[in-house]
Amino acid sequence: MSTDRTTRRKVEAGLPRRRRKEARFKVLGMLATAVGILFLGVFFASLIGKGASAFKQTYLQLEIELSETVLAPDGELDLAFADFEGLVRASLRRELPDVTGRQDRRELYRIVSIGAGYQLRDLVAGNPELLGTTQSLWVPASSNIDMLIKGNIDASLAEALRPVSDKQIAWVEFFREAGRLETRFNSALFSNGDSREPELAGIKGAVMGSLYMLMVTMVLSFPIGVAAAIYLEEFAPRNRWSDLIEVNINNLAAVPSIVFGLLGLAVFINWAALPRSAPLVGGLVLTLLTLPVIIIASRAAIKAVPPSIREAALGLGASQTQVVFHHVLPLAMPGMLTGAIIGMSRALGESAPLLMIGMVAFIVDVPGSLTDPATALPVQIFLWADSPERAFAERTSAAIIVLLGFLLVMNLTAVILRKRMERKW
Amino acid sequence: MVTSEGMSTVTEIPERRTELTGETVGNIRSDHPFMVAEDVNVYYGDNHAIQHVSLEIGKKEVIALIGPSGCGKSTFLRCLNRMNDTIETARVTGNITLDGKDIYRKEQDPVALRARVGMVFQKPNPFPKSIYDNVAYGPRIHGLAADRAELDNIVHSSLERAGLINEVKDRLDEPGTSLSGGQQQRLCIARTIAVNPEVILMDEPCSALDPLATARIEDLMDELCEDYAIVIVTHSMQQAARVSKRVAYFHLGLLVEVDETDKIFTNPRHKLTEDYITGRIG
Repeated sequence: MSTDRTTRRKVEAGLPRRRRKEARFKVLGMLATAVGILFLGVFFASLIGKGASAFKQTYLQLEIELSETVLAPDGELDLAFADFEGLVRASLRRELPDVTGRQDRRELYRIVSIGAGYQLRDLVAGNPELLGTTQSLWVPASSNIDMLIKGNIDASLAEALRPVSDKQIAWVEFFREAGRLETRFNSALFSNGDSREPELAGIKGAVMGSLYMLMVTMVLSFPIGVAAAIYLEEFAPRNRWSDLIEVNINNLAAVPSIVFGLLGLAVFINWAALPRSAPLVGGLVLTLLTLPVIIIASRAAIKAVPPSIREAALGLGASQTQVVFHHVLPLAMPGMLTGAIIGMSRALGESAPLLMIGMVAFIVDVPGSLTDPATALPVQIFLWADSPERAFAERTSAAIIVLLGFLLVMNLTAVILRKRMERKW
Repeated sequence: MVTSEGMSTVTEIPERRTELTGETVGNIRSDHPFMVAEDVNVYYGDNHAIQHVSLEIGKKEVIALIGPSGCGKSTFLRCLNRMNDTIETARVTGNITLDGKDIYRKEQDPVALRARVGMVFQKPNPFPKSIYDNVAYGPRIHGLAADRAELDNIVHSSLERAGLINEVKDRLDEPGTSLSGGQQQRLCIARTIAVNPEVILMDEPCSALDPLATARIEDLMDELCEDYAIVIVTHSMQQAARVSKRVAYFHLGLLVEVDETDKIFTNPRHKLTEDYITGRIG
């Protein structure tokens, strides 16, 4: 009886201390979570705050006379040499007739993007019958004007300290008051390749490059990775060699990605003589990078298949191959796909190995095949972040938002696939 | 215990052995031997799990393997359809013949063997597929049915013989895992007999089931032994007494005693057997 009571007393004496410890741990856990969420919040807020404006672009409305005498002085229209830029300039001169003098006029021309000329050319190329008419067109403003309108250039600064002159501000004001200045959805961001002019630069080239690369990576690394995992898990004898292979695969997953880039440079470009800057080579390098991830995830998924299912099939007289393909693989597939998609997201966000194989070049054209020179989204972000123009800063953030969007979609797909395909036993 | 009641009258039998010599007492022979094990040894690495076991399994008889945990009865069972092959460290020596042919001979394909020697496991383990596909799986992989109608036929008759048809005939498309534990085990039995084996091995088939489901499975075994040889591993003495014709008692990897079921339970010839069936060890 007395021992009973001393036991209870001891337990009760210790209780407050245990409760305090638990409370302390809870607070610490909550703090850790809060710090994580705070950082994430700051990251997203700054990203969206900086990048959201890049999805809009300032446009000016101009009355442009598609004069035959300028475009086709010899009576024949040559799209490659016709002076579309001259038409835009003439239109600006007509709008603001008081601007005289070479210096002022040059400044005036700079409020409109050189993309206006390309836009005119494309218009005339598609509709030759417009030649000789006067068209009212919305053309992109230059990036400095765009920045001014979005408030990214402080007009109260001394004139020498900002890239927009007082006169340019006055001209823009003229257009704005006439209702001929608008900010619209920046479709160029999604339909153009890279450009030196921020207002013309888009991510389409980089997105296509990334997609081509991921296609190569998916097509190669998923079957190879799954096949390797099945062999190692189900067929390979357990001995020193398989241990060695296992250790090496686990180590490969931790190798810095730039090393894979060097390997790709040495093997695919130097030795196999594949083209530089090509998504094909990028995809091959990313395949090397994601293979260990997929193998490890697939092996874990295979290991998670309950042995009772294997035994049931073996007991019925299924061969090892039938056990694998009829039972193990279907049950392990959700885990394998999740692993593959996580590997793919890692590959999509990878830039270092691509630098080594020349995918860091300035490439304007949108790649149309696996061997066309291309760049990738993360590399495009790196290139834009490196550019001095003010307008590239917001485009960098916008490209990061798009990249994160892709990653989000991929990871969501992984979650949904797993939920859908999960089977109970 | 039901069987321990009669024990007191037989304890004075003079020929009772007490020492564990490795020699099997009783009668290892069967009247109609179908599977014959001669001097079987199993090693898991350095562990000598089964030592010098010889046993005949007769046609159309139920033989129960009993013994305390870790005595090697499941290991012996798994030698009979070469399931031990899947364990990399396991090594089997000695002879096991099925209908006169060595099942460990080089030309013997374990896949073909397992089609003749089916197995039902301790935990019901239906595939995560429909009830129909569970039963149809064996016939499908072995190509037993020429067309869909024949396959339907096999599935229905197997479910019928497993006593499950009335419960599932309207829900053959539902997953096998949606059934209750006892139904799942009968589904596993249906799946095994769908291949039409000659021997059925059962590794504690009722240990995860309630008494009612157990009774159903035992009834089923009574019917099945008219066509198949059944080897059952069980921890339940009553079950062994109810279903089996012969009983083999294993102890520490040795086959201690084999005999007719009533002889074992009324007049065990070895002290260890007696201790086990009276509940003193195990």
